Amino acid sequence: MQFRTMTAQQQQERFEAIIEAEGKVEPKDWMPEAYRKTLIRQISQHAHSEVVGMLPEGRWITRAPSLRRKVALLAKIQDEGGHGLYLYSAAETLGVSREDMVSDLLTGKAKYSSIFNYPTITWADIGAVGWLVDGAAIVNQIMLQKASFGPYSRAMIRICKEESFHQRQGYEIILKLAQGTPEQKELAQDALNRWWWPSLMMFGPNDDASPNSAQSMAWKIKRISNDDLRQKFIDQTVPQANFLGLTIPDPDLKWNEERKAYDFGEIDWEEFFNVVKGNGPCNKERLRDRQEAHANGEWVREAASAYAAKKAERKEAA
Amino acid sequence: MSRKDWPLWEVFIRSRSGLHHKHAGSLHAPDAEMAISNARDVYTRRNEGVSIWVVESRHIHATTPGEKEELFDPAEDKAYRHPTFYDIPDEVGHM
Ligand SMILES: [Fe+2]
Ligand SMILES: [Fe+2]
Repeated sequence: MQFRTMTAQQQQERFEAIIEAEGKVEPKDWMPEAYRKTLIRQISQHAHSEVVGMLPEGRWITRAPSLRRKVALLAKIQDEGGHGLYLYSAAETLGVSREDMVSDLLTGKAKYSSIFNYPTITWADIGAVGWLVDGAAIVNQIMLQKASFGPYSRAMIRICKEESFHQRQGYEIILKLAQGTPEQKELAQDALNRWWWPSLMMFGPNDDASPNSAQSMAWKIKRISNDDLRQKFIDQTVPQANFLGLTIPDPDLKWNEERKAYDFGEIDWEEFFNVVKGNGPCNKERLRDRQEAHANGEWVREAASAYAAKKAERKEAA
Repeated sequence: MSRKDWPLWEVFIRSRSGLHHKHAGSLHAPDAEMAISNARDVYTRRNEGVSIWVVESRHIHATTPGEKEELFDPAEDKAYRHPTFYDIPDEVGHM
């Protein structure tokens, strides 16, 4: 069979037509180098975030207050490891190796979501992480289910299916504390106080300070702007906080009848960029823990390789 | 074989409803047995399946995007391959 080879112009047009028609770009399709690079960076960072995100919650597995809480937390953290795998696999279809991505994380070259550089100092923080951090992640990930790159979109659909239990188990923890003794309620309020603003920062800088967003939106990787996503998250979360009888730590927060949305106060972007730069409360600890975990797993990887090699040899001999 | 050489495997899962095995995702593993056991851990944590296939990605042969028109467009103008192409009076009932 003789197949038509496309000119560069035709390839570009074909790519644009797929995007225009709300289709999916698949790994073997031609795509602009910048599109590929943007996706590799975004998907690998997303994968790293899932993996590093296991650390702040992992601290509490042995200290969960009941068996019910413990199995739930274990299952959630195991899910996050799976999310990392789905995303690494999606990134690999773009031509990067797993080895290189992992090494970029371990050497500190790669970024991951800043939220995971905050500490989980009380049990209420585990509730706040599930409720707010997973809650914010879900708002972002629901949008990404429609991303124009097929493997990313499919990974997101799978991830979103698993996420809703994460947020519910977190909210349930906070709910029980909020309805508990005054001390327990105070724990819940304290966790909300510390996690609220960093959760809002998860959506990234304001639209006018986010120069790459426009291109991402033109490519339909991103479908909703940072500020709009943030607003969506706030509007859905405030009533949940009200139900708990907890106070969101923002004196400027109030319902705007005209906009049918909540107005809210200024975000401390200096803090955000400071954490991104590596100066958050736990940046060093997270990197060290990842490096240690990877080094401690080396003998397992070696053993698995040796076992596979031995079995292959035996099969050959037989 | 070092970790670097662990091949990529494609994972296919048959859901409980007894449908065809469907592509679920991929993973790295040193051999088929470990690929299956990892696939079980990663892709069937919520009863998603009753059977798993794994196949090394390098064994999958695929059409290329450039062939798309040549291969698939010819089917576009063959409406007579679909039941709705045929006029059957309503009185005949469901067919
Ligand atoms: Fe996740
Ligand atoms: Fe999650």
